[in-house]
Amino acid sequence: MIHVDQLTKSFKVTKRQNGMRETLKTFFKPQNEIITAVKDLSFHINPGEIVGYIGPNGAGKSTTIKMMCGILVPDSGHCLIDGKVPWKDRVEHVKNIGAVFGQRSQLWWDVPVLESFQMLKHIYKIEERTYKSQLDLLTKALDLKGILTTPVRQLSLGQRMRCEVAASLLHDPKILFLDEPTIGLDAVSKLAVRHFIKTINKEKNTSIILTTHDMSDIDALANRMMLIGRGQLLLDGCISDLKKTYFKTKKIIVDHGDHFEKLQLPGITHEIENKNRSIFSVPIQEKNVSEVIQNIAKNFDVIDLEVTNPDVESLVIDLYRKYKI
Amino acid sequence: MKTYFAYFKLSLMKNLQYKTAALAGMATQLFFGMIFIFIFEAFYQMAGPQPIAFKQLVQMVWLQQSLLAFIMLWYRDSELYNMITSGQIAYELVRPSKLYPFWYSKLLGQRLASAMLRFLPILIVASMLPQPYKLVLPDNPLTLMYFLITLTLGLLVVVGISMLIYISIFYTLSPAGSFLMIAVFGEFFAGMTIPIPLMPVFLQKICFVLPFRYSGDFPFRIYAGHIQGQEIIVGIMMQVLWLGILWIGGSYWMKRSLKKVVVQGG
Repeated sequence: MIHVDQLTKSFKVTKRQNGMRETLKTFFKPQNEIITAVKDLSFHINPGEIVGYIGPNGAGKSTTIKMMCGILVPDSGHCLIDGKVPWKDRVEHVKNIGAVFGQRSQLWWDVPVLESFQMLKHIYKIEERTYKSQLDLLTKALDLKGILTTPVRQLSLGQRMRCEVAASLLHDPKILFLDEPTIGLDAVSKLAVRHFIKTINKEKNTSIILTTHDMSDIDALANRMMLIGRGQLLLDGCISDLKKTYFKTKKIIVDHGDHFEKLQLPGITHEIENKNRSIFSVPIQEKNVSEVIQNIAKNFDVIDLEVTNPDVESLVIDLYRKYKI
Repeated sequence: MKTYFAYFKLSLMKNLQYKTAALAGMATQLFFGMIFIFIFEAFYQMAGPQPIAFKQLVQMVWLQQSLLAFIMLWYRDSELYNMITSGQIAYELVRPSKLYPFWYSKLLGQRLASAMLRFLPILIVASMLPQPYKLVLPDNPLTLMYFLITLTLGLLVVVGISMLIYISIFYTLSPAGSFLMIAVFGEFFAGMTIPIPLMPVFLQKICFVLPFRYSGDFPFRIYAGHIQGQEIIVGIMMQVLWLGILWIGGSYWMKRSLKKVVVQGG
């Protein structure tokens, strides 16, 4: 569905030091620097996949998304989406995609949401019947009923974002690009948006490419993760596989009655936080967690016990460290 | 086509909201119309007969004031240039529409809305003034028809020119320079500073070649009866020619700049 091959894009950035002298100098001789935002990027995405596209700020995520949307023209490389080159057949290509740029708004600021939707209906030449059924679906799934007649400027961020997502899906696109769709949302709105993304993916088999800094988004939604850093694709794989490879230990946190001695179990490290709390690190490939727990129960007067699962957040932090990005 | 009509309608509806601005504009334009007429009157009394009759000039001044939205080049749309400078253009580009006709219909809608709000009241006031300051209907209905045709074509030419200003913002990132330059230069050659019939002949020749005068000066002089017969047909041909050049050139330039466009601000 999406084939990206050796995509490269660089930008010219003007530089200027502080101060009068430097300003005068650059007035006569502007200083530019070429920054490569994306370098030799290649990947494939199949229909119906949800891909989490992550990387630190400035890694080139948005640039890639914009090239796949046909907004930016790369310096070199190929990209074929559904048989079309996005920036060459832009008008044809964008009929099949939906896009949400989390930091911008596609709704007309002063008019009610419904009027913006009407406008989009004209723009995408959506048939009346399709429009109605799609609007019904979106209204229900995203809980828009009460806010469709409100002017956009009077919506809260969460309400607006739900409308933005709905707006990008009115024409029932095959591919949905979400560039930080949950930025600034509260927990409830986040859940609503996530739940909805999952639903649309299941029901319509829409491919979804999602960039975000919120790793719980990725954890909840994506089955595949691509990590980009300094413009290059560093890692691409199934999230559960990644977890298996990168998480070798589980932690068991135990609250217990007074205890001062270290428990001697082979292969397991025991840290004593204080006399009432201990943390055990268990290498999951070698040791069975339940056995370790039994062992702890024998030796301690256990009040409470918690086994922590590694989350994507810490996985990503590890990865960022590993690749020094 | 239907899509572009929808853009046009949205922009028309949006701009019809600005009633107070229209009211203020109307007062200003009536005031300026009077001032211009008094200046020309003084000039005519001192200098004697000129290539265009005073009464015809009065007609032109009123048309110019009431249809200002059709002819002024400095009519700015902050929405469009903010889109370019802030990167909001990203959303414009994920729509299945060609950007040139898309923006063209937006600008057209704006100008029509602005003119619709203003022109009638100014025309009514101007037609109630005493002679010779009064606006009168042309004697011949055919003249009126030619006026309407050339006015429409002229409006299309103006929007074509202002599209070039917007495209230039892709390169300059600021609308100030392009607007100022084209406004001063264009308005002079459109005959809005000095009426073209009062210009020296060599300047008139330059005006005939440039597109600017075909928006206001040409239809207004048809209305005033100063341009007649074959000259009208030649003028219409010039309008069509310029329209073609502006559309083709503008679309091409737009296409080229979109290849280089940088979506500003992440």
